[in-house]
Amino acid sequence: MMVVALRIAIIDESPARAAVLEAGLRDAGLSDINVITERFQLLRQVADIAPDVVLIDLESPRRDVLDEMFAVSRAVARPIAMFVDHSDMSMMEAAIDAGVSAYVVDGLRKERIKSVLDLSIARFNVFRRLQDELVEARSELADRKIIDIAKAIVMRQRGLTEDAAYALLRSAAMRQSRRIVEIANALISAESLLDPGTAA
Amino acid sequence: MKTLRIGFVPLVDSAVLIAAKAFGFAEAEGLEIALSKEASWANIRDKLVYRHLDGAHMLAGLPIAATLGLSRAPTPVIAAFSLGLNGNAVTLATALAVRLEAICGGAIDFDDAGATALALAALVAERAAAGAPPLRIGVPHRFSSHNYILRYWLAFAGIDPDRDVQLVIVPPPLIVDALTESAIDGFCVGEPWSSVAVDADVGRIVALGCRIWERGVEKVLGVRGDWAEANAETLAALLRALDAAARWAGDEANRDALAGEMARPEHLDRSAGLISRVLAGQLRVSPTAVVDAPDFLMLYRDAANFPWVSQAQWLYSQMVRWGQATPSPAAEAAVRGVFRPDLYRRALAASGTPMPGANAKVEGALAAPLPVGSARGRLSIGPDRFFDGRRFDPDHLAAYLEEFPAP
Repeated sequence: MMVVALRIAIIDESPARAAVLEAGLRDAGLSDINVITERFQLLRQVADIAPDVVLIDLESPRRDVLDEMFAVSRAVARPIAMFVDHSDMSMMEAAIDAGVSAYVVDGLRKERIKSVLDLSIARFNVFRRLQDELVEARSELADRKIIDIAKAIVMRQRGLTEDAAYALLRSAAMRQSRRIVEIANALISAESLLDPGTAA
Repeated sequence: MKTLRIGFVPLVDSAVLIAAKAFGFAEAEGLEIALSKEASWANIRDKLVYRHLDGAHMLAGLPIAATLGLSRAPTPVIAAFSLGLNGNAVTLATALAVRLEAICGGAIDFDDAGATALALAALVAERAAAGAPPLRIGVPHRFSSHNYILRYWLAFAGIDPDRDVQLVIVPPPLIVDALTESAIDGFCVGEPWSSVAVDADVGRIVALGCRIWERGVEKVLGVRGDWAEANAETLAALLRALDAAARWAGDEANRDALAGEMARPEHLDRSAGLISRVLAGQLRVSPTAVVDAPDFLMLYRDAANFPWVSQAQWLYSQMVRWGQATPSPAAEAAVRGVFRPDLYRRALAASGTPMPGANAKVEGALAAPLPVGSARGRLSIGPDRFFDGRRFDPDHLAAYLEEFPAP
C-alpha cells in the first residue's frame, strides 16, 4: 500500500487501458487520479490539473505536445521533466517495453515515483496480455469458421460425414506438417478457382 | 543477415527507408531492416537513446538537440545520411487562405514566398485591428525544420512568431482534425498532411517549403554516436543500402511502385495516388489548383543525401536565434560533429554517387545549378537560395544572426 499523496494525470489513446491503469493505482491507495481526454487543449488541461506525475501511453502522438510543455517550463507553474534516470536504465527499458512513459514534477524524490512507475508498467503489461489473449481468441474463432467451410466442401465433394471430412483434413495437415487451418484455406481457394459458383 | 531496428514516422519523406527495406536494397548489403512505425518524435528519440532502435528517421534538428542536451541529458546522436531535402508546406484554413489570396490580388504566386509573407502580415494586422485573436499555427516539434522555416518566413514580414501569432505543437496525425475543428488556423508540416487537408477541403496550401529555402535540410538517418563507433561496418553497409534506395526512389520510373508500397497499412496507410502526387511535386494547393514544383521533395539528385555540416550549423543558428540554445564555442564545436560527411564519403567511395568536394558550403549562395568539384561523376548542386536572398556563412554565425532585426 502506498501512502504518498500524489496527483496523477493519465493520457492514453485507449480508454480501456486508462481504466485498467486507474483501477490499479486506486487499489494501491492513490486517489487523486485524473484521466485526460482532451485532444487539442492538452496543455491547458494539464496545467489546470497541475499533476505531480503524468503517465502517458508511449504510442500517443500527444507525447510531442507534452515534450514541448516541459521544454518551455515557463508555460506551466511547475516545471516537469521526463522521468529519466540514467542510473536506472533497466527501469526505462521496462517502461518502453510495456509502452508507458512518465513525466514528473522536477525535484520529486525518486522513491516516490518508482512505485508508481513500477505499478504502471505492470498494469500496461497486464493490459497487453489481455489484449493478446483477445486477439488469439478472435483468430481461433476465425480459424474454426474456415475449417467448418472446408469441411463442408469435403463433405459435399466426397460424400463424407462431418467426422470423416475432418479426419481427412487432419491427416492431410499431418502429412504436410501444416496447420489444419492452412490446409482448409488452401482447399477453399482451390475450390473457388475451380468452381466460383459454389465457393463460400 | 544482420537485423537493424529502424524507427520511422509515417511521412512521405520516409520514402528512402521504406524503399531500402521493401525493394531489396538492404538485403543486397546483407542487412534486414525491421521498420518500427512511431507515433511521435519523442518516441523516436527515446527509443533510440534507450537502445530500442538502432537508427531512426529523424527531424534534422533532433540529433543536434540530443547531442547538445537541449531537452534531455546530452546523448551524442549523429547523422551520416540525409533522407532527402524539402517536402514541407504551409497550409491555412480555407476561409483565411481565401482572404490571403484576396490580399495577394486574387491568387498566390508560389514562386514569391516573400510577397505571400507580406500579405500574411497584412492579414495578421487586419485581424489585430478587428480585435480577433492571434492566428494559431501548428508545427510538429520545436526542433523541426518546419518550426524554423515558418519562423524565418514570418519574421521576414515583421510578424513576431512569439507575439503576433501563436505557434503551437500539434502532432501531425491530429493536425488535420485540429484544423477542421478550428483548434488551429493553419500549420507548417511535412506531407502527406497538407495534401490531406486540401483533399478534405478544410485548408489550402499558401506556401511551399522549397520556395522558402530551395534546398532545405529536413530528415536524416540518426544513430547513436556509440552505436556508430561499435558498428562501423554495419553503418557503412546501411549507408550503401540507403544510397542505392535513394537513387532508385528518386527515379520517376519507380514512382508508382514506391507510392504503392508506401501506401500500405504498415507504412503510411494513405492513398497511393496522393503519395505519388507528392513524390512528383504536383501539389494540389486548393480544390481547383495544382502547383508544379519538381524540387518539392528531393530524394536523391543534387547530392540530396549528403550531410552538409553547414546545414546542421544553419539549424543551430536558428536554435540560437529563437532562444532554444545558448551560443557557445563548445556548442558550435559539438554541432560541427553531428552531421558526418566523413562517414558518408567512406561508405560510398565505390558507389558511383557523385560526391561534393567540400563538407560545408555557404547556404543560400547559389541562384542557379552549379557544377561543383566532385570526386567522380558530374555533380551539380543548388540553387539553394533562401527566399529573402540572405546567405548563411557557417564560419560567421554571430554576424549572420546580427543581420536579422530583433523582433
